[in-house]
Amino acid sequence: MVDASTRQKLFGTPETNFLNCSKGWKSWAFTLDHKRIGIMYLIGVTVALFLAGVFALVLRSHLFTFDSTMLSDDMYNQMFTLHGAVMVFSFIIPSIPAALGNIVLPMMLGAKDVAFPRMNLASFYLWIIGTGCLLLAILSGKGLDTGWTFYTPYSIDTNTGVIYATFGAFILGFSSIFTGLNFLVTVNTMRSKDQGWFKLPLFVWSLYATAIIQVLATPVLGITLLMLIAEKTLHIGIFDPKYGGDPVLFQHFFWFYSHPAVYIMILPAMGVISELISVYSQKRIFGYSFIAFSSVAIALLGFLVWGHHMFTSGQSLVVTLIFSAITFTVAIPSAVKVFNWLATLYKGSILLNTPMCYALSFIFLFGIGGLTGLFLGALSTDIHLHDTYFVVAHFHFVMVGGTLTALLGGVFHWWPKIWGRMYNDFLGRVGCFLVFSGFNLTFFPQFVMGSRGMPRRYASYDPEFQIFHQLSTVGAFVLGIGILLSFVVLVYAALRGPRCSSNPFRAASLEWQSSSPPDFHNFLQTPVLTDPYDFESQVYDEELDTYIPREFANPDKVAPRKEPVHH
Amino acid sequence: MAVADSHDTHDDHHDLYDHGEFIAHHFDSAEQQFDSGKLGIWLFLVTEVLFFSGLFVAYTLYRTNHPEVFEQAHVFLNKYLGGLNTIVLLFSSLTMALGVRAAQLGRNKNCSVYILITMVCATMFLGVKAVEYSHKWDMGILVRSAFNLTYTHPTPTTEIGKALHISDYLVYLCIVPALLLAGFLAASVISKLINKAMLAKFMVAMAITVSGYFLGVVVGVIFMSATDAETGSSHASVIAEQPLMLMASTQDEHDEGDHDEGDHDKAAADPNHEGDHADHEEHFGSHPADGGEASFDAHHPDPSTLSRDVGIFFSIYYCMTGLHAIHIIGGIIALAWLYWRSLLGHWRTDYFGPVDYVGLYWHLVDLIWIYLFPLLYLID
Amino acid sequence: MSEHHDDLPAFCHPVSTKLLFGVFFGLIGLTVLTVATSALGTGLGMPPAFAFPLAMVIATMKAFLVCAFFMHMYWDKSFNVLAFLSSLLFVTLFIGMTMMDTGEYQPTIEAFDINNLANVEVSE
Repeated sequence: MVDASTRQKLFGTPETNFLNCSKGWKSWAFTLDHKRIGIMYLIGVTVALFLAGVFALVLRSHLFTFDSTMLSDDMYNQMFTLHGAVMVFSFIIPSIPAALGNIVLPMMLGAKDVAFPRMNLASFYLWIIGTGCLLLAILSGKGLDTGWTFYTPYSIDTNTGVIYATFGAFILGFSSIFTGLNFLVTVNTMRSKDQGWFKLPLFVWSLYATAIIQVLATPVLGITLLMLIAEKTLHIGIFDPKYGGDPVLFQHFFWFYSHPAVYIMILPAMGVISELISVYSQKRIFGYSFIAFSSVAIALLGFLVWGHHMFTSGQSLVVTLIFSAITFTVAIPSAVKVFNWLATLYKGSILLNTPMCYALSFIFLFGIGGLTGLFLGALSTDIHLHDTYFVVAHFHFVMVGGTLTALLGGVFHWWPKIWGRMYNDFLGRVGCFLVFSGFNLTFFPQFVMGSRGMPRRYASYDPEFQIFHQLSTVGAFVLGIGILLSFVVLVYAALRGPRCSSNPFRAASLEWQSSSPPDFHNFLQTPVLTDPYDFESQVYDEELDTYIPREFANPDKVAPRKEPVHH
Repeated sequence: MAVADSHDTHDDHHDLYDHGEFIAHHFDSAEQQFDSGKLGIWLFLVTEVLFFSGLFVAYTLYRTNHPEVFEQAHVFLNKYLGGLNTIVLLFSSLTMALGVRAAQLGRNKNCSVYILITMVCATMFLGVKAVEYSHKWDMGILVRSAFNLTYTHPTPTTEIGKALHISDYLVYLCIVPALLLAGFLAASVISKLINKAMLAKFMVAMAITVSGYFLGVVVGVIFMSATDAETGSSHASVIAEQPLMLMASTQDEHDEGDHDEGDHDKAAADPNHEGDHADHEEHFGSHPADGGEASFDAHHPDPSTLSRDVGIFFSIYYCMTGLHAIHIIGGIIALAWLYWRSLLGHWRTDYFGPVDYVGLYWHLVDLIWIYLFPLLYLID
Repeated sequence: MSEHHDDLPAFCHPVSTKLLFGVFFGLIGLTVLTVATSALGTGLGMPPAFAFPLAMVIATMKAFLVCAFFMHMYWDKSFNVLAFLSSLLFVTLFIGMTMMDTGEYQPTIEAFDINNLANVEVSE
């Protein structure tokens, strides 16, 4: 136990924190602080989300009627390509690891910063340069119409800005490698004293698994895109069948990265959900080690299934069978996680605030996204469903229903920690409801359309599909409004929200032992190592109106729980 | 960060300074910093291995599906020049390892000498590579779409090319190093004049480094003529015309004196033999294996007998060796930074991480070459 | 073989000069050997099928020497070694899975070239 003034200093509202310890644009642009870099990343990915989101709304508006002339066919191709490329490379991949992970990971380890702060900043600037190159494809007036996958031979023949975009993706790849490498080293060498692997929060495990993929798979994307650029400029004949090259080889190269990249997108989301479910159920996470190892298993299995994107490419039957079989095994660790979350909720003391609403949405949407993946992994059904809206709906359920939902949940969860201010929970939940319902309205009809044969990436369609497309378009706007509302709620909270205490939700992982907002060095005192899922270790301090570790508490002035916590 | 220090309220504030000036604020000890850096560099090497892996996949694929292409193409690579470069690179690895040792023992002066030798070897490697590249470009041995093999070498048009009887391409490849050399020499003189002794020393070292490139060019050209002369007098006429730019067939084997002179002369005499691309493609339509046997000469295959995909081998060759060369250049820049820090006397027994890390990178570049050499040069 | 100096920190393992030179000459020897077998091997009665595996085995021996001693892997933390070697596993996976497949459609690619040469010339 420590005296009251120390307690006040450690857990009260700090006078100086990482946000106000230095001022001026230079203190942000050249900062090496992981929290500031994380915030800059968060702003960056939000811009990318809005940009790509606008592309999506334009697409959906065009598709409102079957004979729409809003966009020319070329414009339509460019819109969906840019929507995909910006969403994947600039938004989803860096979203949770580089933005949220950057802020939270070192604090969860009780560290002052990531292992390589300069590299961390470099990663962010590479992200800016890479995204800039990607957008140069539009600004140059050439556009991009290959789809985000840049498949050969079309990408070699088209005159659109493939070189800008691939170079951009190449740079973004390095940004992603820098983040991943940094996190791997940070987790290995920067943990608190005595913080063993099994005392790490599951978010750290999932970021670690993600980082393994980032380090192992992303370089292959780099070389693939370099070879594509060389093919396009020098015609080296490796991918171009005109010169004896093998266009399907490009697909192998591309998916060797891009399938694991799907897990770069979803694994951190799963980690966030593990935190949220446990904290807002106030219950120890069920099956800690299963969840931890399932992350690693997903990361490794993710490398063995890339061929399931190529079932109709002319791939040999043997390989197709192998890839299909392994694809089914990925379902096992994913299901392990879902069952463990459900088991954690069972008899938990559930607080249905905004982050928890997102977490529950995640379980529902990811469940559908994951299960429809099995339809696509099965050979016979995939031949029918390949390149239809069913595929579009499937991966949006995982990428948006999964990753975006988890990102929003995580942002709401850690928002009070980052800014020291509380969001409006009612409006936050309204936002969550709009996101959830808008999302389902957008993509559920697409499953129906897809299974009836509506092909993806087409600017026009048969009149029989119109009603589904119209539902989908309406849903997209509802989804957009929901995201916008959440954005407003968050920005208002950061600027004008009521002050909040260091640990308002009785979370037990180490980042909650810092003040809100945290100090520049994260912790004013070496944090007390606690089990991240032992909520009994945190007790309510009446003077400070917050939860603090038992070791710091005044035994006379504490209660196990603040009453009433909820209901 | 100044902000960080002024704001630092930690108890271990003094420890940070006790550990030494090179320990970043967020590390607790020199050992933690070293371990982090070491794991970081190993993971970076992992990304490098996977970065190159794409090219190795392309290599394996084409070698499996088109073994005849590799059989036909390898005669255009000089395995003795490749072997020379291997040895140069291995030697640079040795000096790098010695440099790491010197840094570990805090012997900054020794370390700087070893690093300088490593850099000279690196530029020498690039010089030899430039000879190889320019030689191939002269003969039209380019990537798949531009591949147009002719046994005639264009007459040099640049003044230097004419004077030294070297390829124009080689002259072009020497322009940047020549400018760098002049720049570093000038910089060293200026540094001397303004009494910056250490900077002058650094600039001189950089000038020595760049001259390694020219050493490589000279050695490469001599080596090429020497190994070519060994193969016999079959193309003496070409040698007489252009003493230093030699035929492709530099390849070796003494027991191959029996190739058909007539065939070769014909190819050499008709520079436009394969000039017309469409005509070229016609030949590609035929069955290379069948057509090839009759007039196939191990050292001077008639271009029309080559597989139409033989250029893919060179696409892969240029991609692999080009990417490797880019890594060498990156390594030289990193080594130059280490050299500067050695001059400043930064290395101590508890702080030598950067030398160790760059050393690991340098050895990896060597490691990749160890595989590229047999894969590209030693095909039989 | 790593020298032990009492005054050095635990993480500092200088390798003896003798060992480094030994490794270097070993590497040179192997390089000469691989060039020699490539140039003369088949002449001395070595089956041509052996040439490629032999070259690869020699290259791997060289790689081993460089990794173990020049790169200090022999003294390094096993985690670092494992991390590096795991990259080879993934390269093998990448090559293996891709190679299992590509033979399948190779004839199509070859047919494509020949049948479409006229079109190719036009589109260029």
